[in-house]
Amino acid sequence: MSSIPDELSYTKEHEWVAGLDDGLTVTVGITAYASEQLGDVVYVQPPEVGASIEVGDAVGEVESTKSVSDIYAPVGGEVTAVNSAVVDDPSLVNSDPYGEGWLFQVRVTGTPDDLLTAEEYTALISGDS
Amino acid sequence: MSRPTPLHEVHKSLGATLTDFAGWLMPLRYGSESAEHTAVRTAAGLFDLSHMGEIHVTGAGAADALDYALVGNLGGLEPGRARYTMMCDADGGIVDDLIVYRLAPEEFMVCANASNYLRVARELTDRAKNHDAVVDDRSDSYALLAVQGPRSPEIVAKLTDADLVNLKYYTGLPGTVAGVDALIARTGYTGEDGFELFVAAGDAVKLWGALMEAGAAEGLVPAGLSARDTLRLEAGMPLYGNELTAATTPMDAGLGRVVRFDKQGDFVGRAALDGLEPGRRLVGLVMKGRRVPRHGFAVVDADGAVVGEVTSGAPSPSIGRPIAMAYVTATPAAVDIRGSHEPVDVVDLPFYRRKK
Repeated sequence: MSSIPDELSYTKEHEWVAGLDDGLTVTVGITAYASEQLGDVVYVQPPEVGASIEVGDAVGEVESTKSVSDIYAPVGGEVTAVNSAVVDDPSLVNSDPYGEGWLFQVRVTGTPDDLLTAEEYTALISGDS
Repeated sequence: MSRPTPLHEVHKSLGATLTDFAGWLMPLRYGSESAEHTAVRTAAGLFDLSHMGEIHVTGAGAADALDYALVGNLGGLEPGRARYTMMCDADGGIVDDLIVYRLAPEEFMVCANASNYLRVARELTDRAKNHDAVVDDRSDSYALLAVQGPRSPEIVAKLTDADLVNLKYYTGLPGTVAGVDALIARTGYTGEDGFELFVAAGDAVKLWGALMEAGAAEGLVPAGLSARDTLRLEAGMPLYGNELTAATTPMDAGLGRVVRFDKQGDFVGRAALDGLEPGRRLVGLVMKGRRVPRHGFAVVDADGAVVGEVTSGAPSPSIGRPIAMAYVTATPAAVDIRGSHEPVDVVDLPFYRRKK
């Protein structure tokens, strides 16, 4: 079973969001489950710093040996940072999806009301498999 | 519903990610597909290829039947040897690419792709009907395990008394491996040295276990279809459904040499193929960037005009950049990856050649 940290929020598109409770800026990545489904990640294209994004926008790509997936914005706001380490070494998404494999940060102006708790996300992927 | 192979429970116990492939439930990868790929290039990998088809053609007229049914010269094949060949339609389109093993003067085994073997068996039966030959599709009774990689001779040698040193590339002989009757063939689809072991379906689990044990010290790992695909792509080997289709001729694929116009008698496709010039060229592309070209993506020239189509593409562990094969009618400059023209280098195939 993939790890699903309790303190994070999740989307149906298998992204995680950290820091929603603390303030204005959140960190976004893809879940361990998603990285396992993709296989070895070989290319990550995060959004650009300064970009204004809205919930549900396709803002980047994660590409693996066999497939490519869009990254959907889980929150709206302005992109304040992207993880250049994961651009240089996309395998970080596989080896440490909740840590060094983070993708980008957003100064939040809009949060959807359908983000999932860890428990809800666990139920979602249990139904998936 | 996809069919499990005789090794299905083994794959499950190894935690394989399974995928549907040509009606079979096959291991896509066991862990990291890049690690599996690298293991085959540097040590060895063990593949379950039980989805492949095995069709026996026997009788006094077997060689003549195959010479009529296929584009190659099978009558000229020595017993114990194997040959890469193709079955074509009357219009020259490729029905399947095949490896034919001559087991005895009057016995051949045709190894066909999973997606095509039922059609190949039907066509062989039809094309052999005026010959003294019996066509018998024995695919269901076979399992096929492949040990591929530079360490594979040492691994297989631990389990057999067969003379592997004199078993040259593209030969095959009956023998015993780990106490199991096998056709031991020095063939493969990875660009590495290796063996394909054709055994009874009921012996597959025993042989898999023995190979894994014998290979542990040599770095043998189980490897899935994902690694198999990147390995064969680096080796410039065509895949049916991608580089080879019913709308493709052997000449298109740069494989005109497999069509033996010098053999006696007619064969299916001869009239259509004789003197045929390829309408396009199969080329190798290495991406300058990191985005991955995929099957069906458009290839464009320096002006952005479409000049072809990608047939296979993947990140290449050995080269470190994405690679592709593509059919083109002019010099390519870029691949259209979701609207963005990503520049390429055009290279000779194969992308990877093992050191002898």
